[in-house]
Amino acid sequence: MTRRPLFLISCLCFGFAFFYIPILSMIFFSFNKSRLATVWGGFSLQWYGKLFDNDQIMNAALLSLQIALVSATFATILGTLCGLALARFTQFRGRTLFSGLVTAPLIMPEVITGISALLFFIFLAELTGWPGKRGFTTITIAHITFSMTYVAVIVQSRLSSMDKSIEEAAMDLGSRPWQVLRDITLPVISPAIVSGWLLAFTISLDDVVITSFTTGPGATTLPILVWSKVKLGVTPDINALATIIIVVVGIGVAISGYLMHRADKIRERDIQMAIAANT
Amino acid sequence: MRDWFNRRGWRDLIIATPYAWLIVFFLIPFLIVVVMSLAIMKSASPPFGFHEAFPWIDLGNFARLFQDTLYIRAFVSSLINALIATLLCLLIGYPMALGITRVSKSWRNILLMLVILPFWTSFLLRVYAWIGMMGSNSWFNKLLTSIYNFAVPSEWALKSIPMMNTSFAVVLVMVYSYLPFMILPLYANLEKLDTTLNEAAMDLGSRPWQVFRDITLPLSIPGIIAGGLLVFIPATGELIIPSLVGSSANPMIGRVIADEFNSARDWPMASAVAVALLFLMVLPMVFYNHYEAKAQNAGGKP
Repeated sequence: MTRRPLFLISCLCFGFAFFYIPILSMIFFSFNKSRLATVWGGFSLQWYGKLFDNDQIMNAALLSLQIALVSATFATILGTLCGLALARFTQFRGRTLFSGLVTAPLIMPEVITGISALLFFIFLAELTGWPGKRGFTTITIAHITFSMTYVAVIVQSRLSSMDKSIEEAAMDLGSRPWQVLRDITLPVISPAIVSGWLLAFTISLDDVVITSFTTGPGATTLPILVWSKVKLGVTPDINALATIIIVVVGIGVAISGYLMHRADKIRERDIQMAIAANT
Repeated sequence: MRDWFNRRGWRDLIIATPYAWLIVFFLIPFLIVVVMSLAIMKSASPPFGFHEAFPWIDLGNFARLFQDTLYIRAFVSSLINALIATLLCLLIGYPMALGITRVSKSWRNILLMLVILPFWTSFLLRVYAWIGMMGSNSWFNKLLTSIYNFAVPSEWALKSIPMMNTSFAVVLVMVYSYLPFMILPLYANLEKLDTTLNEAAMDLGSRPWQVFRDITLPLSIPGIIAGGLLVFIPATGELIIPSLVGSSANPMIGRVIADEFNSARDWPMASAVAVALLFLMVLPMVFYNHYEAKAQNAGGKP
């Protein structure tokens, strides 16, 4: 099987070129002196300076981060409960509807989720007077609803691959339910909870469509601002913004990849030492 | 009842909290859309109403779906664009996923990270990157134009290739955006395959392409279907990509829904198109569930 990969490796090269050439081109033109974003006019850092001077962009970024932090946290709590319910309770009244409600937001086109959320908030305001003004709260609620199902899927798959006998053993040895939850179940599913939180955070930070339907006057998130600028054409300050986001995400992914790699190595070594000690 | 989560109170709390949230903030809003699709547009605030006599509802919106060619064309072009994008993702993604399973373990992690990295950056910015590449002044467009002008007779020469605001642009950017969704499930599937089967087939005299056709490809069908659905479903209802790089003369269905709702302020019609789109998207899911159930039954037999 060692002869064949030549074709596959050229496919890989082509694929990664396809992935990264547009991104590298975008980064390259962020250092462009010219106002025209696609014609090279010399090296300059001016767009980065303009970016940090632009209060509109900074405020939008701050609002996006706040919404993402709050919605990811709530989505993680609710999604973890969903995952627990689906993985551990095989029978309860309305389980079919429940699992349907957990899957539906995943396949529902975002336009429809957005429109239904907007109609809901409009009718709620007609009936109860709340929300009087759409903005932070309505966006956050829509983001929680959308991203909690991603967390639920991650946590559920982790729970169903977990060894239940550990929990049973703890109960037999006299642990109280909350002790089992704190000492066993939560630590075991904690990697899933962390990746669920990260996913919910990214989804919220990145969302355009649902936000555009649930936002109101004065609440402009970063993607909404970028969206309205991009509709008008390519501008170099968006290139600078994109470069910053890509560098931050790249460093984050590289660090987490390194940490996971190291954890794997340590675990492998422990397993080998355990085997060596037993023989 | 010895599990901790079955103790009184716990169980109800764990189920009821997310259940109530999803009913209030997902199911009820969705039912509003379904009811809205049966209403008629009125110049009031909010801009809709129902008939005054029994049976109150109006099916005119659904009838218009079939009468007005705008909707049919939008549905057809959405399905075609999504289908082409899915096939291209499969053609590019399959050899990539297979290639990743064939390299050493440390390379594997690096390559997987490189596949995931664009996914963690902003979706909007990935579309934006292509807007920069496709414009008539960009180096990429100039490169393609000079290759094209070199290859064809000089009467056909172009100043620049019109790429922006075409279905080509929509498909290209969709392939670019959704390719990781194809590669990752395919990789997860291909990585688990038993390579000793390949070796056995090689020992028995199969050529590499026969091994691929008779062993690898059939065994990877679950991965192909999973990846295909992960690309096809979001691509069908896509709004951002057709709005930014697609042609407004030939819109995709997601854009039609948003335009009906925002510009035309025809809430009932937008809802009817939305309900029809959901109906269309449930079909591949039913197909998938049916396939999976069949596969499980077949696997269960000795």
